[in-house]
Amino acid sequence: MADIRNNFIGIKSPNPFWLASAPPTDKAYNVERAFKAGWGGVVWKTLGEEGPPVVNVNGPRYGAIWGADRRLLGLNNIELITDRDLQTNLREMKQVKMNWPDRALIASIMVPCVEESWKAILPLVEETGADGIELNFGCPHGMSERGMGSAVGQVPEYIEMVVRWCKQYTRMPVITKLTPNITDIRKPARAAHAGGTDAVSLINTINSITGVDLDSFAPQPTIDGKGSHGGYCGPAVKPIAMNMVAEIARDPETRGLPISGIGGITTWRDAAEFMALGAGNVQVCTAAMTYGFKIVQEMIAGLENWMDEKGHASLSDIIGRATPNVTDWQYLNLNYVAKAHIDQDACIKCGRCHIACEDTSHQAITSMVDGVRHFEVIEAECVGCNLCVNVCPVEGCITMEPLAAGVVDQRTGKPVSPIYANWTTHPNNPMAKVAAE
Amino acid sequence: MATGHFIEGIAGGRLSSEQYADNFSDLHPPLDHHEALVESDRCYFCYDAPCMNACPTSIDIPLFIRQIATGNPLGSAKTIFDQNILGGMCARVCPTETLCEEVCVREVAEGKPVQIGRLQRYATDVAMSEGKQFYKRAEPTGKSIAVVGAGPAGLAAAHRLARHGHEVTILEARPKAGGLNEYGIAAYKSVDDFAQAEVDYVTAIGGIDIQNGKALGRDFQLADLMRNYDAVFLGMGLGGVNALRAEGEDADGVANAVEFIAELRQASDLSSLRVGRRVVVIGGGMTAVDAAVQSKLLGAEEVTICYRRGQEHMNASEFEQDLAAANGVTIRHWLQPKRVIAENGKVSAIELEYTAMSGDKLAGTGERLTLVADQVFKAIGQSFVPAHLNGSAEAIELEGGRIKVDAEGRTSLAKVWAGGDCIFGGDDLTVSAVAQGRDAAESIHRALTSNGRA
Repeated sequence: MADIRNNFIGIKSPNPFWLASAPPTDKAYNVERAFKAGWGGVVWKTLGEEGPPVVNVNGPRYGAIWGADRRLLGLNNIELITDRDLQTNLREMKQVKMNWPDRALIASIMVPCVEESWKAILPLVEETGADGIELNFGCPHGMSERGMGSAVGQVPEYIEMVVRWCKQYTRMPVITKLTPNITDIRKPARAAHAGGTDAVSLINTINSITGVDLDSFAPQPTIDGKGSHGGYCGPAVKPIAMNMVAEIARDPETRGLPISGIGGITTWRDAAEFMALGAGNVQVCTAAMTYGFKIVQEMIAGLENWMDEKGHASLSDIIGRATPNVTDWQYLNLNYVAKAHIDQDACIKCGRCHIACEDTSHQAITSMVDGVRHFEVIEAECVGCNLCVNVCPVEGCITMEPLAAGVVDQRTGKPVSPIYANWTTHPNNPMAKVAAE
Repeated sequence: MATGHFIEGIAGGRLSSEQYADNFSDLHPPLDHHEALVESDRCYFCYDAPCMNACPTSIDIPLFIRQIATGNPLGSAKTIFDQNILGGMCARVCPTETLCEEVCVREVAEGKPVQIGRLQRYATDVAMSEGKQFYKRAEPTGKSIAVVGAGPAGLAAAHRLARHGHEVTILEARPKAGGLNEYGIAAYKSVDDFAQAEVDYVTAIGGIDIQNGKALGRDFQLADLMRNYDAVFLGMGLGGVNALRAEGEDADGVANAVEFIAELRQASDLSSLRVGRRVVVIGGGMTAVDAAVQSKLLGAEEVTICYRRGQEHMNASEFEQDLAAANGVTIRHWLQPKRVIAENGKVSAIELEYTAMSGDKLAGTGERLTLVADQVFKAIGQSFVPAHLNGSAEAIELEGGRIKVDAEGRTSLAKVWAGGDCIFGGDDLTVSAVAQGRDAAESIHRALTSNGRA
């Protein structure tokens, strides 16, 4: 049986599934339920400094987009950090950690970007017995207007500065949570690394408007006729998050920096993909908010089953395995040639591959052969773009088949070369490093 | 005293009022908003969609379904009505399982087609409940056209002609318009007086005058129409019912299925309808199934359909056959009626002969079977009665006993077009009648306006 116990920067949990800092981890009641359901750890909903409680809007806090059958694909929120009293949170955290010593409990913190504020709160958090802290430099709404959250996360110098204070004033491991609302995710990661962070976690939510009410012409979610950009999360953001995780994992300047992967993780497979790209564990929120805490049971069993099936004994066997395969476009093998192939037995003749190719690609799929409705690839036209695979409603019906070396590519009339050759050496590249023959 | 289905002979009031109401409720209840969204999302928006090609009226099905999915049911309804102004009724009565849904790629792939008929009903219901009219009449052309019969073909022709600015007079023999939609379809397929609501919706465009109680050959002659109108469209359907060709078929208790269905549709009190305890229906088409199922729903104890050929030859679709079976109707094949047995002039049994294929001809085997019955329905097809047409004008050319038309619906007479069940080559479907009426109207319009220009 695969061992899915997780050790993330020295923080141990029975599995790599943590709940991200968010409404599901707002108080002891929820967190206790989560641990009972099987979650390996939680990042408690972000604490602010002592003082009058945070105020939230009293209208809708969430917006969403849906797929078929109202499957929730993307969620957006304008909720702020915890609106509960700091001492209440700290007291509950301490009690929960005592009740659940084998689970990870991380305190998410967001206080003003001044040294005294951080210096003041860190000992209070440390006293709870929390396993670590996560610096919320990500929230893109509300708090950012007050100089916190993503307002910090968008300035690498601030990140480095705050991380340094934290490393200075606490013994707890520091996880720096990054905002994706930035051009190059490597910059804040490098800054956190320079400040001495133990890990980064990403992504936080993405600035977004989920919809517009076309009667009132108000953005959604709508509060008294107005709307504000909220933080977007859920399955829709997963591809963006995975790229950012991979960018940091393969950046020479941050290579080896532990990453807690976040962004639309809904199933064991999503989690495995994040870990393969370099995440040491994962954090989940939207999936729990959509389906409840029970989903972790599917994640645990699914991950174990897959690892058993593939012979992966522990998480270290999978973490970062895909990272070396993430590269730059210029290093992709231009001598690799693939052609679409349609399995005629599986084809249901909907014709979507044809019309997609005909209208928007390379006119490489028939619609009629000998007067009969028939869809097949015209290899002399097929550039192997994969669009037909993506629009086909039948999984596995259209596949991309690589041409073996030596086989003539009917599109170019040339045999496929067995030699790896990329853009850096291509004759059409004016910057080619090595002249081609 | 015996009650319910134990009452011997032909009797009404076999059920409680709740049972009647329940038995004759909507066969396919409408999709609600969410169901429609989920179902519409199943459509793959196929290229050159097979469903569209299978529809006799060529409705752009992927487009209307996509319009439902995107929250535009009115646009969806217009897509439907552009091709088929009786799209509401067709959504209810089309044998979709042998048309659009049979060729749906999801039927082919997984045996579960997109429910095109129910989606069509959803969209058309939205438009009709809002009274949304999509078409304005063109400038008046000064031309007037007579349409004989206010059934699907006649209504479709009339609507298209009215759109083009012509004045239309529909002459209808029956007290109500709608044709078989009103008189010939099982009650549970068209609840809440939908046929009349649809007639009102279609005629709301204006320029269509329906005159009821006017029968061709009785109240007016074809020659009158040809003289008084610029063009004539014949869509009077089939007036005759085929005989059983069985001994004693004039006994009390032998009835035409079409009349039984019509009577049921017009009944305001279902308990007043009389039905036998043991009913035998002779035939193998939709009418046979409609009559058999409705007999059962009215409280008959035993209902048997006897068809002279095999299951695979039945005109009733598989869905219809299953519907009959699910309602407790027994379908027996390879039996032809020979003799109606009567006691005191009333049907008491029917004697049938087993049949078999002898070479490529159907023949009786000589072996006989007697089924106890107090009511026998004839549902062995209807026939065209040409007599109404004749005598007043040049004889119209027939083919296979029905009116001969060309691809545009033109008959052998210069000013006369025809469509629907009365023409040769039709398939006895509402949707085909609509297509023929529509296309004949376009042909008339071209003929009267020098190629469409008024």
